[in-house]
Amino acid sequence: MPQSMNQARLQLRHITKRYPGCLANDAIDLSIQPGEIHALLGENGAGKSTLMKIIYGVVQPDAGQIIWQGQPLNMRNPAQARELGIGMVFQHFSLFETLSVAQNIALAMGAAAGTPKQLEPKIREVSQRYGMALEPQRLVHSLSIGERQKVEIIRCLMQEIRLLILDEPTSVLTPQEAEDLFVTLRRLADEGCSILFISHKLGEVRALCHSATVLRGGKVSGHCKPAECSDLQLARLMVGDAEGLVAQYPKASGTASFLQVDKLSWHNPDPFGCSLTDVQLEVRSGEIVGVAGVAGNGQDELLALLSGEQTLSRSDAQRIRFANQAVAHLRPDARRRQGLAFVPAERLGHGAVPEMSLTDNALLTAFQQGLVSKGLIQRSKVQALAETIIQRFAVKTPNAHTAARSLSGGNLQKFILGREILQSPRLLVAAHPTWGVDVGAAAAIHRALIALRDAGAAILVISEDLDELFQISDRVAALSSGRLSALAPTAQTSQVQVGGWMAGQFDASPSQPDAAPQI
Amino acid sequence: MDIDLLSNIFFATVRCGTPLLLVAMGELVCEKSGVLNLGQEGMMLFGAVIGFIVALSTGSLWLGVVLAILAGMLLSSLFALVALVFNANQVATGLALTIFGVGLSSFVGAAWVGKPLTGFEPIVIPWLSDIPLIGRMLFAQDILVYLSFALFAVVAWTLLKSRVGLIIQAVGENPNAASAMGLPVLFVRTLAVLFGGAMAGLAGAYLSLAYTPMWAENMSAGRGWIALALVVFASWRVWRLLLGAYLFGFASILYLVAQGVGLAIPSNLLAMLPYVATIVVLVLLSRNALRTRLYAPVSLGQPWQSGH
Repeated sequence: MPQSMNQARLQLRHITKRYPGCLANDAIDLSIQPGEIHALLGENGAGKSTLMKIIYGVVQPDAGQIIWQGQPLNMRNPAQARELGIGMVFQHFSLFETLSVAQNIALAMGAAAGTPKQLEPKIREVSQRYGMALEPQRLVHSLSIGERQKVEIIRCLMQEIRLLILDEPTSVLTPQEAEDLFVTLRRLADEGCSILFISHKLGEVRALCHSATVLRGGKVSGHCKPAECSDLQLARLMVGDAEGLVAQYPKASGTASFLQVDKLSWHNPDPFGCSLTDVQLEVRSGEIVGVAGVAGNGQDELLALLSGEQTLSRSDAQRIRFANQAVAHLRPDARRRQGLAFVPAERLGHGAVPEMSLTDNALLTAFQQGLVSKGLIQRSKVQALAETIIQRFAVKTPNAHTAARSLSGGNLQKFILGREILQSPRLLVAAHPTWGVDVGAAAAIHRALIALRDAGAAILVISEDLDELFQISDRVAALSSGRLSALAPTAQTSQVQVGGWMAGQFDASPSQPDAAPQI
Repeated sequence: MDIDLLSNIFFATVRCGTPLLLVAMGELVCEKSGVLNLGQEGMMLFGAVIGFIVALSTGSLWLGVVLAILAGMLLSSLFALVALVFNANQVATGLALTIFGVGLSSFVGAAWVGKPLTGFEPIVIPWLSDIPLIGRMLFAQDILVYLSFALFAVVAWTLLKSRVGLIIQAVGENPNAASAMGLPVLFVRTLAVLFGGAMAGLAGAYLSLAYTPMWAENMSAGRGWIALALVVFASWRVWRLLLGAYLFGFASILYLVAQGVGLAIPSNLLAMLPYVATIVVLVLLSRNALRTRLYAPVSLGQPWQSGH
């Protein structure tokens, strides 16, 4: 079959996909050349995920055409996509934790490729060629997140690959790991492989990608060359109205120390979880402390210990103190009486009950604010509270009786944050406050946190988003393998340095310089 | 204690553990693929009664075995239809299946209770069966016990070494990822459920055609439930399943031995022994949480639908 030199590797024409209640993809056009690194940019919910599932054959489009190397075709399933040389690295890895690297790769490759044992030499060869050293016999559950991503990529590279799709690949990596990934991707592109790189991080798209397609609300809002565009131009394409996106907040230094975490160590009984070692942390009233780190390095454990979902024994009560009061042995309600408010990472099921109305959800943590009298719920007061939250924090919802699960992620997050802030906490612990939230809502959440800080509350923000932490926090530290780096004023450090901390490059515990390094 | 008695105990241990081993292997494969089928007891009883009726009316024990297996598969296909295709709650569906199977077997077998049948006779292999202690245990059993040895080898090899085993484990751990990879999740699970049904039916046939060749209501005496517990306490590992099944058999025999020797322990307590001993030993073995989690199928009991 003759092929002209500049025939597109993949072309999409008017791809449309409708889900009940939402038009996920509306007449999308896209074209990728051989050896091109093409960015697919867009906010959460812009239709990126649907589009790449269509390319990979997981989802069938309602209308439109997929043209692969000049031939129109129906992409029926992932197996067909793989046969054509399309590989995909998912955001949530599709690896089997209880199997070894080689077994995982063998499963994906089909019986003809050979047994896991027979594949081992080839796995070693491919992983070395692209600078991603991997031991084929290791079980996946013992690998770090970055290493798991390498398994996914190598799995794609084992076959003749013509198009590699990566879904937000850097969201789970430290900045250094992301750099390494880019080196690999550039080498692949030089060899003629096309790469579709899905992201919402503008900086890395500009550093890596030759061209970009921007989606907004299921439609293509623009095609461009990222290297020739400014962040603001790209952001405008993504969100339309880019006002307030690059807000600068003045830094604060806080007053008296409120939260003290002192040599907190905790052994996690879950073998796949992370244990904490000698965590030392202080948050002053009137400041925001940010804790960076790649997921799975002890964030969930630290949050559970701070919120009181995990308590310590009475003898260890001094490990966590609120304004010099030992609280580590107290349950969540007792800690809340001491001034704690908590915004957990999962909105549905942890921060709010999906099936319950916003009104009832407001009651869940605010019941100590005079909403209950003589054991009876004061319905009218709860209703008033819910309506205040909705109004003050611009929550988009038909009314206060709407079930929590029918709100979008950003709106529910604003509601939960509002519920906690209106209790005038002395300490707010917020996990991933803007994860999966659109840019407009994220800016509103940041403004609310800054206002709470300026009102004198101590705030601890745990986030994977370094840009966010540098934007809002006054001091910053990073978690790595259950250990916390020392706190540094944000203005005196850099993202590169914090990236190093995220990778574990800091002294284990400043108080005990002779402590042996862990793992 | 003399060698003959020990040799007899070993022999009886294997006989007694065989039905349990058969059901438990079926359930293990089923659970490895992520499906929890609590219908083992019902499928086993239905297999037992069908096997007995067919064998007695046609005079062919083998025809009885084959139809018992088919009977088990028939009930398990009901389970597959309701729990996998219609995505009903697996626990509720399994319980319903057991209740249905117990009732159906009593109803079908009402006229056959207490009828005499000559079951499978032991096949004594010359020379080998004369090995002291283990000779009779391994080489003087009936054909269904030999079959259970062979099936164990096949199941162990499949789960531990073969690609099919990898696929079953992958489907059981993360059906979404398996589906994204192009593995036919529902097909694999359906086959696993049918295999579980076949093994339960075979175990039933062993009870009514070899172990005690007769039909009595509820003759499985809770073995289906014990098998379910065995799978969990064996941490979903096939060699421990073998150990647990024979341990149960051994403890059941001890009870008879103790009575024979004339120990003054109330027989009710002794009758509990197999259940208690099996569970205690396997609980001790499954203390290591990491190892248990490595082998436990993560998506066990969760309904799954393609598309998301």
